[in-house]
Amino acid sequence: MNMNPKKGIGAFTSDCIRWSLSGGIGFKLYLIVLLAVMGTGLYAYTNQFRHGLITTGMSNIVSWGLYISNFTFFVGVAAAAVMLIIPAYIYKDQDLHEVVIIGECVAVGALVMCLAFITVDMGGPFRVWHMLPGIGLFNWPSSILTWDVLVLNGYLALNTLVPLYILYCNYHNRKPVGWKYKPFIFLSIFWAVSIHMTTAFLYQGLPARPFWNNPLLGPRFLASAFAAGPAVIMMVLIVVKLRTAYPVNNIIFSKLKRIIVSSAIINLLMLFSEVFKEFYNATHHSLSAQYLFFGLEGHDALVPWIWTAIGLNILGTLLFAFDPTKCNPKYLMLAAISLFTGIWIEKGFGLIIPGFVPSPMGEVIDYSPSTNELLITLGILATGILVVTLLIKPALAILLRFRESNALRS
Amino acid sequence: MDTSKKEGQMKPDDLPEEKSTRRTFIKKLSIAAAAGSAGLVTGGCVGGDNTTEKLGLKWEEYFKKNYRMMTDKEKKETVTRLEKLAKLEDDLNIQMSTQEPREKVLFGYAFNISRCKGYMDCVEACVKENNLDRNSKTQYIRVFEMDSGQQDPTRGDGKYHHEVPVENKYYMGIQCFHCENAPCIKACPTKATWREPDGIVVVDYDWCIGCRYCMAACPYWGRRFNWGEPEVPKDEINTKQHYLGNRKRMKGVMEKCTFCVQRTRQGKLPACAEACPTGSRVFGNLLDPDSEIRYVLKHKKVFRFKEELGTDPKFWYFMD
Repeated sequence: MNMNPKKGIGAFTSDCIRWSLSGGIGFKLYLIVLLAVMGTGLYAYTNQFRHGLITTGMSNIVSWGLYISNFTFFVGVAAAAVMLIIPAYIYKDQDLHEVVIIGECVAVGALVMCLAFITVDMGGPFRVWHMLPGIGLFNWPSSILTWDVLVLNGYLALNTLVPLYILYCNYHNRKPVGWKYKPFIFLSIFWAVSIHMTTAFLYQGLPARPFWNNPLLGPRFLASAFAAGPAVIMMVLIVVKLRTAYPVNNIIFSKLKRIIVSSAIINLLMLFSEVFKEFYNATHHSLSAQYLFFGLEGHDALVPWIWTAIGLNILGTLLFAFDPTKCNPKYLMLAAISLFTGIWIEKGFGLIIPGFVPSPMGEVIDYSPSTNELLITLGILATGILVVTLLIKPALAILLRFRESNALRS
Repeated sequence: MDTSKKEGQMKPDDLPEEKSTRRTFIKKLSIAAAAGSAGLVTGGCVGGDNTTEKLGLKWEEYFKKNYRMMTDKEKKETVTRLEKLAKLEDDLNIQMSTQEPREKVLFGYAFNISRCKGYMDCVEACVKENNLDRNSKTQYIRVFEMDSGQQDPTRGDGKYHHEVPVENKYYMGIQCFHCENAPCIKACPTKATWREPDGIVVVDYDWCIGCRYCMAACPYWGRRFNWGEPEVPKDEINTKQHYLGNRKRMKGVMEKCTFCVQRTRQGKLPACAEACPTGSRVFGNLLDPDSEIRYVLKHKKVFRFKEELGTDPKFWYFMD
């Protein structure tokens, strides 16, 4: 068991595929469900592709909807891996070091979703090559969107290649060589912050939209992501603990909990600061916030959502802050789901849609996604979950084997 | 006569092209590929010979450059292809121009809010002139009915539907303001939208990837997206077109007011200004000291919409 007879890229790849697909009947069923949701999404996308974005609920007034909302939120989730990398690599925290890989797998899944959301949102996905430097025209540095393309793809590369290198070494029963990957780890810390700030700048830099044109947007984005991201990682860790042989120590949960609580509190503080500014002396520029929180001219589609989100946000924060069960996985799962969902709604829908309402010409309309749009979105979410699953399984198998063989040796 | 007939039937392969460059090679290869798959795509029944030619043309269109990067020859080629496609697909004889901006011209617009009566003849003329999608009832121009005392059209009524003029109301037309410092141009990731030397902000429809970032960036709601395939009844299509103006758009791309580039570069007024029955619309060359627009800017009290954003629109409002 401790000796690995097979070597090379071929064996590594085939073993990884084998490990990622192996599992009981329950696992197979889970895969089938994911594939079915993805298939439905793909079908819905062919429909959208044929008829255009008219199949969505978007319009000339609310011109970005569910896709861009989810894109924005999952950029945050992607960056959360850094909340494990910082303690693990800078403060040499051994416990968190063991689960960094899970954070990185979640980041890859989230980035795949982000890129997919951007692609389905495009009117001419086949014309994307127009953006490639060399054969197309890349409006850099003027357009923030081009910066976003760079940082997202760069982050995806960093989060794919670094773990791949480490796992490849471990697979061959070697320790990875520090100087070969550690610089990239440190780079990825800055990069994680940059994917956030750049995505926030996408909105923040538009004077046309007073709701977004707010210097707190970027920092708040970071705070909410550093709460929601580790919450996702915690959810994955709980599943790993309950369903696999990979050991997840309770100390990891309590450390993650601390990270989540501090970020969530900062996030709530900033939310309060924003709400105060919008409502203490409401101006013409507060109309979007008014629409979001209370409705405007009889249009109030977002009101129940945002209050649910704030409720879940506060509930999740409190559940994490006062944990009477001392890291009972089921309790933590509840808290993580609550916080994650709250931030999902608030940083997705609650951030993007009100930016468009009222329109620059003062018009107020409600946006609600079409069924086709929902199916595509679900399909992309399923894709992300599938990617995370298929990455984590072989990663954990390799790590476990490496650890066991090391334990035997010593 | 004979030669012109021949020209009309010219196949894409016969088009004059540079010899044996990589681009030509790829083009030819791809035409063959497109022709090969023609049967597959169309189910192998519609059009016969035409289908192959159409697909070949479309394939070449797909690989063309951004308009600003094209040489004069390439511009001519794409226009020929587009005219041919219009003939093959819709049986339309269009004339498409790529007329360049004229020297020492910078277009500007002024709108007289004390004269406009809200008849919306401008809107109608614009829709017809610019081949705007009838399905989605796209309009580049919107007219807002305002209470006197207001100066902010966002508080006006942009959807009035009653007899005009109404007492104690005044009217304000809004369209793309062709800003000097346009946020939309900055936002575009592919440089598919830019300001021409004569001040017109245009879109290369074939280069736009449909991300709609420009739309989010525009503080004046000056841009329109083609959510579905735009449609104009065949007998209502304006066949006098410009590459950067009123030519056929497709689903998934952005479009906007171009100050009627197909007209104004020929010295005509934009359709809206020409159609206005009250004379509220003043259009002209800002660099010509004797132009009417310069007179208005000099002698009237003018203001601009959302001046505080620093976009520097080339569209002024004034009162008599």
